[in-house]
Amino acid sequence: MTSIGTGYDLSASTYSPDGRIFQVEYAAKAVENSGTAIGLRVKGGIVLAVEKLVHSKLLVPAANKRILTVDPHIGLATAGLQADGRHLANRARDEASNYRDQYKTNPPLKAIVDRLGLYVQAYTLYSSVRPFGISTILGAVDKDGPSLYVIEPSGVHYGYHGAAVGKGRQLAKTELEKLKLSDLSMREAVLEAARIIYVVHDDAKEKDFELEISWVGEETNGLHVLVPKDLLDEANAKAKAALETFE
Amino acid sequence: MDRVDVQQLKSGEVNLGTSIMAVQFKDGVVIGADSRTTTGSYIANRVTDKLTHVHDRIYCCRSGSAADTQAVADIVHYYLQMHAQTTGTPSVHVAASLFQKLCYENKDALSAGIIVAGWDKDGPSVYNIPLGGGLFRQPWAIGGSGSTYVYGYCDATYKDGWGRDETVEFVKNTLALAMSRDGSSGGVIRMCVITEDKVERLFVPGDQLPKFWEGDEVLPTAVAWK
Amino acid sequence: MDHFPTNWGRPRNDLSDAYGTFPLAQRPYNGGKDMFAEGVKHTQQPIVTGTSVLAIKYKDGIMMAADNLASYGSLARFKSIQRLHPVGKYTVIGAGGDMSDFQYIQSILDDTIIEEFAASDGHTLGPVEIHEYLSQIMYARRSKIDPLWNSLIVGGVKDGKRFLAYVDLLGTTYSASTIATGYGAFIAQPLLRKAVEGNENTLTEDAAMAILEESMRVLYYRDARSLDKYQLAKITADGITVSESRHLQTSWSFAEGIRGYGAQTQ
Repeated sequence: MTSIGTGYDLSASTYSPDGRIFQVEYAAKAVENSGTAIGLRVKGGIVLAVEKLVHSKLLVPAANKRILTVDPHIGLATAGLQADGRHLANRARDEASNYRDQYKTNPPLKAIVDRLGLYVQAYTLYSSVRPFGISTILGAVDKDGPSLYVIEPSGVHYGYHGAAVGKGRQLAKTELEKLKLSDLSMREAVLEAARIIYVVHDDAKEKDFELEISWVGEETNGLHVLVPKDLLDEANAKAKAALETFE
Repeated sequence: MDRVDVQQLKSGEVNLGTSIMAVQFKDGVVIGADSRTTTGSYIANRVTDKLTHVHDRIYCCRSGSAADTQAVADIVHYYLQMHAQTTGTPSVHVAASLFQKLCYENKDALSAGIIVAGWDKDGPSVYNIPLGGGLFRQPWAIGGSGSTYVYGYCDATYKDGWGRDETVEFVKNTLALAMSRDGSSGGVIRMCVITEDKVERLFVPGDQLPKFWEGDEVLPTAVAWK
Repeated sequence: MDHFPTNWGRPRNDLSDAYGTFPLAQRPYNGGKDMFAEGVKHTQQPIVTGTSVLAIKYKDGIMMAADNLASYGSLARFKSIQRLHPVGKYTVIGAGGDMSDFQYIQSILDDTIIEEFAASDGHTLGPVEIHEYLSQIMYARRSKIDPLWNSLIVGGVKDGKRFLAYVDLLGTTYSASTIATGYGAFIAQPLLRKAVEGNENTLTEDAAMAILEESMRVLYYRDARSLDKYQLAKITADGITVSESRHLQTSWSFAEGIRGYGAQTQ
């Protein structure tokens, strides 16, 4: 953190002499403090999973979702500041709604991601705002099939076969790379996603977490919904069992 | 320039919205009409007979106000009876001229579009008397609100020199097309084949009309929520 | 004598427009002058129109019927238009009147359902809520003197409760066990009431279909803006079904012997 105290990190509208915008990099740090979120693009659909760290026993289970629905066929998972995630999801819903009103067709995920990218990037230009403290995974099955994107705090966005953001992203990416994603069924992907979240969860540092999984594709009639309770229970159980053999 | 408002007298009038037609061929004429009578969009009579006998081998097809055209046809029918008694069998041209005179001299009071057709010793003929009361001889004539939808079809299809059966098919198809597009026409097709020997009545029930393109199967306007 | 060719062959008074050729009635007007003619303004008029919608309560839920025609004045312009529209899992709306306004209503209701789905908060909109929402929209628009030119029937089943209600371009609402719009209100409503009232809880699906079919047939006989092609929708505890288009059987053979309009026999 050699930048601290230099004065170039106080505003998103100021470059450092070597061409960096420190505020954006700090935003990325906010993401790193968050529980991991992953996305899998598999045969026939998308699976999103989140390691939601439970920082208090007083919280209502299953409240404060980090996986949100943008449009019937578009799901969004964030890592970082939760409030920023909800704000961006609302923006995404508006974009989807506008697209639908204008073109009378389901919005393709690419179009929504492009617009959100512009929106996020705009928060890296002005001294009066701070960049988004989130990395966002968006998944959908649209007319071109399943697609998966990540938007970073800088506004850059890429398409992925498998994506991971947040605290455990490095290990999660390693695990994702081991999978033959394009051959996985959606149900298999749910189990793998759960296993990866359990693997990357750091028991030593974080006490408790809640597993959130959603999917969209053949199994869900094209709608983005949380996986049913029995499947989630199965995923939790199998992930725990796999963890014991893994260790 | 103010004018007397005769409209109020006529509001609620019964109309022959109508598709009517007459076509001559070598041995006679084929005339035809739909059977719908409306007041506004209410079908007052779905089985009307708009083919009106005015003499043995002379008929008219009526469009416009039911009351006006019935009154005119009744008068011409009477004149032709008198003509037959005093001078001999009237020609189609004489009948058409009587219609024309009534329609022209009373054009401000009438809404009547009439096709007169039949056979006489000079052969078959078709006369069209549209709204202003002009008289026009034609090899084929169409009239009524439904006719505007089928001018193109008639122009593209009609050929000189047809026989009876081809002419009947032409009339039937034309009327079916007009009835399918014009809300003021519909019901059944009634036709007459008028030849020297006889007047033959033909009838096509409303559920056995010739079918043409009827639109695609219903396109859902939105995906049903499963 | 009317000197405008476009008026020839048409009724001479826009008040009656007996051929129903409107919107082609946008032609020179030769009738008497309204004392307040300069002050009369028309906000809107229906252009492409659908005719009646019928709906009844029956044992298992709600059943609706509407034909597939969209007219342009007296022209039968579009013959395969769906006028029954599912909204969410529990509701169907049926529309008569202007079809462009109906499409707009469909899109705002679809947007609302999507919003509700995305919220995933455990709440879902049923026919009661959709009818209330629609009535507020319809009344708000008529109050802007820019009405949505429709008669709508909202029907559905949710939480074991049947719901059937009406709302129109003025924001007028009512609820009943049989509802019919347009010509259906004159022609079909008596038939529906006779068959349904008092039998709402015993009327079978087959009987409901039969009474709606018979009503659609009478409407086809008597409404010059109707078609013999129609669809049925049923909403039950099992969900929504909108049928493929169905063809009406009609009878005409009795008319073969009819001659003239009085004394004529030939």
